[in-house]
Amino acid sequence: MLKVENLHTFYGQIEALKGITVNVEQGEIVTLIGANGAGKSTTLKTISGQLTPQKGSITFEGEDVTGLEAHVVTGKGIIQVPEGRHIFPRMSVEENLEMGAFLRKDDEIKDDIAMVYDLFPRLKERRLQKGGTLSGGEQQMLATGRGLMARPKLLMLDEPSMGLAPVIVDVIFDTIVRINKEGMTILLVEQNAAMALQVADRGYVLETGSIALEGGGKELLHNEQVRKTYLGEV
Amino acid sequence: MSIDLSTVPQQIVNGVTLGGMYALIALGYTLVYGILLMINFAHSEMFMAGAYFGLLFLNILSKVAFFTSSTIGFILLYVIVFLLAMTCTGILGMLTERFAYRPLRHAPRLAPLISAIGVSLFLQNAALLWISSRSIPFPVLFPVKNYRIAGANVSTLQILIVVSTILLLIGLDTFISKTKIGKAMRATSQDRDAAGLMGVNINSVIALTFFIGPALGGAAGMFSGMYYGNIKYNMGFIPGIKSFTAAVIGGIGNLRGAMLGGFILGFIEAIAAGFLSSGYKDVIAFLILILVLIFRPGGLLGESVVEKV
Repeated sequence: MLKVENLHTFYGQIEALKGITVNVEQGEIVTLIGANGAGKSTTLKTISGQLTPQKGSITFEGEDVTGLEAHVVTGKGIIQVPEGRHIFPRMSVEENLEMGAFLRKDDEIKDDIAMVYDLFPRLKERRLQKGGTLSGGEQQMLATGRGLMARPKLLMLDEPSMGLAPVIVDVIFDTIVRINKEGMTILLVEQNAAMALQVADRGYVLETGSIALEGGGKELLHNEQVRKTYLGEV
Repeated sequence: MSIDLSTVPQQIVNGVTLGGMYALIALGYTLVYGILLMINFAHSEMFMAGAYFGLLFLNILSKVAFFTSSTIGFILLYVIVFLLAMTCTGILGMLTERFAYRPLRHAPRLAPLISAIGVSLFLQNAALLWISSRSIPFPVLFPVKNYRIAGANVSTLQILIVVSTILLLIGLDTFISKTKIGKAMRATSQDRDAAGLMGVNINSVIALTFFIGPALGGAAGMFSGMYYGNIKYNMGFIPGIKSFTAAVIGGIGNLRGAMLGGFILGFIEAIAAGFLSSGYKDVIAFLILILVLIFRPGGLLGESVVEKV
């Protein structure tokens, strides 16, 4: 479904990605794990068109989407839920969800809002509250729900567990698994490697802009090197 | 010093007329600031350009006998002239964005600011060299009548200006709060990257912002030409600074704040001119600005939502 080949992206003079190759197949959960600055978020931002690669190609459903602007990539069905949530602070919860459906022209937007409220009942309670007044966990729910409102073909989640209480992290991960079971393809970037590898079909381990390891989620979870470096085992 | 309260209604009428113009111009500053976090110092020249475009189209179209032969004709004439002048000013605004600001989108914040001052000087000097260095009379083609309303003299001209201003303000407010494009503009001003991820074409939104702001400023310029009876290449400078002040008083980035700030400033000036002396009106206006900045640095309607990280 998504083929990223030999991707090189620079921040000014700094080469943040040094040839990343990643594949995501229909219906999978694929995760990118690695330390801070390994290039996980940069990979997502390059796919979603927020950054332009210097070299390499991104193909989505057989179509070359390399270097397209963010709003065009969104139109192709690749939806990124950004790191740090990026909720519209002065719009209500419901308006935020409506923004998620910005490019849709069908008449089922209301149904999908109901679906998101079903997924995250907390959002329904706060539907008229301004996005900026929500707690971090609620904002992550909103950002995820807003992403779903676009009816993505591929949903990319950037650090959904960042800064959240463990209880909320569980809620978010349960939701990821649930929407994946319903057919959503997911590319998940996480620093919480243990959580991510438990739910992922496959994973890639990034180190300073390159892929250090790849394999099945369970396989990586039991890999000795991964356990030492990312799961904190001695 | 004796205070004659019988002039209060008149000052209110003058204040509303002036305040409406400030509000229209202030919206241009606040719209651009909301989206690009940049003060468009060339905006005062959009006000000037609107007046010149207005005069140009008025001169051309008033040669058509139909427009000057009946009341309906006059109304149509002014509606068409306004729409043409606003459109041309809006296009001028989009051109300044495209060529003077967009190439500096990722430059340090100071660069577009200096570019804006350059655009401002360029447009003023272009008007000075290509058109005239003197003030040009701006005719009012329809018969102006004066009415006595609640102790104040109100002219047809003031009614026209105030009614048109209010229609434009309501129109903009509805556009921003109710339409899908308006919502895209709000989203872009709140979080540009996130708006792009939602599928909003950021460059189109910015271009549209640089159309709407100057179009409103241009309308104000034409009102000013009609109200004062003449226009000049540097006519934008003082109203530009005043309106920028109005936008800051209301809370820069906030549309209703800009409207409120414009009317407050208009009132203060009218009252100061009426009760002290017209020489003091600028002193009072900027004194209010300083007080607002000290006690409510975000402006009267500045954003009060606490944003959590």
